[in-house]
Amino acid sequence: MKEKAVVADIDRSMYDFRYDEKDAYKVEEGLTPEIVEQISKEKNDPQWMHDFRLKSLETYNKIQVPQWGPSIEGLDMDHIVTYVRPKDNKMVKDWEDVPTDIKDTFEKLGIPQAERKSLAGVGAQYDSELVYHNVKDEVAAQGVIYTDLESAMHGEYADMIQKHFMKLVPPTDHKFAALHGAVWSGGSFVYVPKGVHVEIPLQSYFRLNAKGAGQFEHTLIIVDEGAYLHFIEGCSAPKYNVANLHAGCVELFVGKNATLRYSTIENWSKNMYNLNTKRARVEEGGKVEWISGSFGSHVSYLYPMSVLAGKDARSEFTGVTFAGAGQNLDTGCKVIHNAPNTSSYVNTRSISKGGGISTFRSSVVVTEKAKGSKSSVSCASLMLDDISRSDTIPAMDIRTDDADIGHEAKIGRISDEVVFYLMSRGMSEEDARALIVSGFADNVSKELPLEYAVEMNNLIRLEMKGSIG
Amino acid sequence: MAREILNVSDLKVQIEEDNREILHGVNLSVGEGEVHVIMGPNGAGKSTLGSTLMGDPRYHITGGKVNFLGEDITGLPTDQIAKKGMFLSFQNPVEVPGISLSNFIRTSLENKTGEHIRVWDFKKQLAKTMEVLNMDPSYAERDLNVGFSGGEKKKAEILQLLMLKPELAILDETDSGLDVDAVRTVSAGIEEYKKSVGGALIIITHSTRILESLKVDKTHVLAAGQVVADGDASMVEEINENGFEKYVKEGEDS
Repeated sequence: MKEKAVVADIDRSMYDFRYDEKDAYKVEEGLTPEIVEQISKEKNDPQWMHDFRLKSLETYNKIQVPQWGPSIEGLDMDHIVTYVRPKDNKMVKDWEDVPTDIKDTFEKLGIPQAERKSLAGVGAQYDSELVYHNVKDEVAAQGVIYTDLESAMHGEYADMIQKHFMKLVPPTDHKFAALHGAVWSGGSFVYVPKGVHVEIPLQSYFRLNAKGAGQFEHTLIIVDEGAYLHFIEGCSAPKYNVANLHAGCVELFVGKNATLRYSTIENWSKNMYNLNTKRARVEEGGKVEWISGSFGSHVSYLYPMSVLAGKDARSEFTGVTFAGAGQNLDTGCKVIHNAPNTSSYVNTRSISKGGGISTFRSSVVVTEKAKGSKSSVSCASLMLDDISRSDTIPAMDIRTDDADIGHEAKIGRISDEVVFYLMSRGMSEEDARALIVSGFADNVSKELPLEYAVEMNNLIRLEMKGSIG
Repeated sequence: MAREILNVSDLKVQIEEDNREILHGVNLSVGEGEVHVIMGPNGAGKSTLGSTLMGDPRYHITGGKVNFLGEDITGLPTDQIAKKGMFLSFQNPVEVPGISLSNFIRTSLENKTGEHIRVWDFKKQLAKTMEVLNMDPSYAERDLNVGFSGGEKKKAEILQLLMLKPELAILDETDSGLDVDAVRTVSAGIEEYKKSVGGALIIITHSTRILESLKVDKTHVLAAGQVVADGDASMVEEINENGFEKYVKEGEDS
């Protein structure tokens, strides 16, 4: 008789390596006005940003931790280091100039190689600061701006940033948005001018190396009328036995008839609290496409939101979440239809294994103004054993009769019949199961550029490894 | 008789779900390159026999032995049995999103031979074989069986048979649900397997159409979990005319 066993230890060495941080500059653990002042000074904030940070801190202190989702009790803000600057950091445009440890990190993760092969530009953040930023000449020549937010705040786009920064996600939104407003550091600013079509993707990669630290990068992307951009975000961190925190913020402004595709492969280590907020505002005839792969972290709260503000605006969300042992991943999305003839399409898959908990949470709001709108939400879950859990919590608030709304949910297990079929052609049970899971998640992998689809399937393989005794 | 490649002796099988015994001591001997036909009424255990030989964990072997190519394979995992050279063409091939038909066959070949296969050589061979089966070349890049019609699924099974070249192929109702043209194509594929690979066949079937162009060596009637009659090719004709009635009665009496 064969017996199936669940093995918790997975070889994550590919992502798990880490470097010494003894020479890095850090602020004290915890959160005080002094620390926020210190970060602000460190970053050479303009006055408005300095004030914004302190006001956000006040807000942070007033708001309670959310009670409706997975427990974040293990996260003790008094011990999170909110700012860690790598040793001798300055942002460079040439990988050769990046300090050796950090360069090695990104090389192991394949970032410079990917840039050479298939990207129009790359930003790389290590702990709290960007260490590398570069955009291909031909893309820059189209007028595309891709840079760090800090320097952009002082340059030509200063007004644009002040006008958009944390307007979609105000610090009052929730406790961790307030925290972000107070201590944010790093991230990217992208501006694509009217009518410019960026043919190949831009990418930002976030790596959190420091133990017990937080990463609070801010991504602000403005795609002007009729323009097109594909932006890819990747993240990973080595595992520590203390909590790390990621409370980034992504704000996307999609202009009239513009399209923005925003892809994420998130692979934080399993001591990470991933409390990230992402939001897009889409104008008339514009479209936002979210592609989201969530694999890592101990606890995630992640619900990218699309505000369909102009008529005929569209939103597509395609996601996959894989919760293994010790993971509680609460993911999904929100859509607000606030103009006529807007449409949204949501297609997600969640996988849970080894006692992992995967929850799909969605919210679709159709206001009175959104006559003739359409929304379709479909989610499927796959549980790989009897100790894992999967929940679906769809919410809908429809304020007009003139809307076409659909919702479909499916929950299943790996079919023994399919495993037998694959094995009957000589495939091992482990490979057969990994293949079935990859196939289940192919709604996302099919939407990703090839290299990322391969990475995602490797992650699935990694998660599935050792799941057969 | 040709060298024996499969020997099934006193095989007793229970279904995992409810421990019901389906096969009550089946005996079967297949020689190298022979064509055996297994017929029998619905629920006799024909498909169970095919799946059990292939090591389906949903069926438990509670007695008897299966010997394949001189080795005892009783209780061996399915992938090991496949690698030794046994093949099962499924009655209802399942849909598997996430891998193309072409990649699946190549992976299977590599699993079997343990060697890397050059993509170019493989694609050429695959295209040629698909032609034999009148398969549209676009199916090679489609996800395995996903959205295939019943006929295309069966053709894809025979395509795998021809590419994997097993020593023994069990065809479980490969002709069921197919129209006349599709049966002809599938038959041509099976003939091709006989000709180019020279392997043995166990054909589980209800009809004779698929057998028309094949030289049948032996026929077995399986009823109520037992082989109740053995015969030669003429038995197929006889059953076709008179049905199973007389065998089923014999089976029940014993």
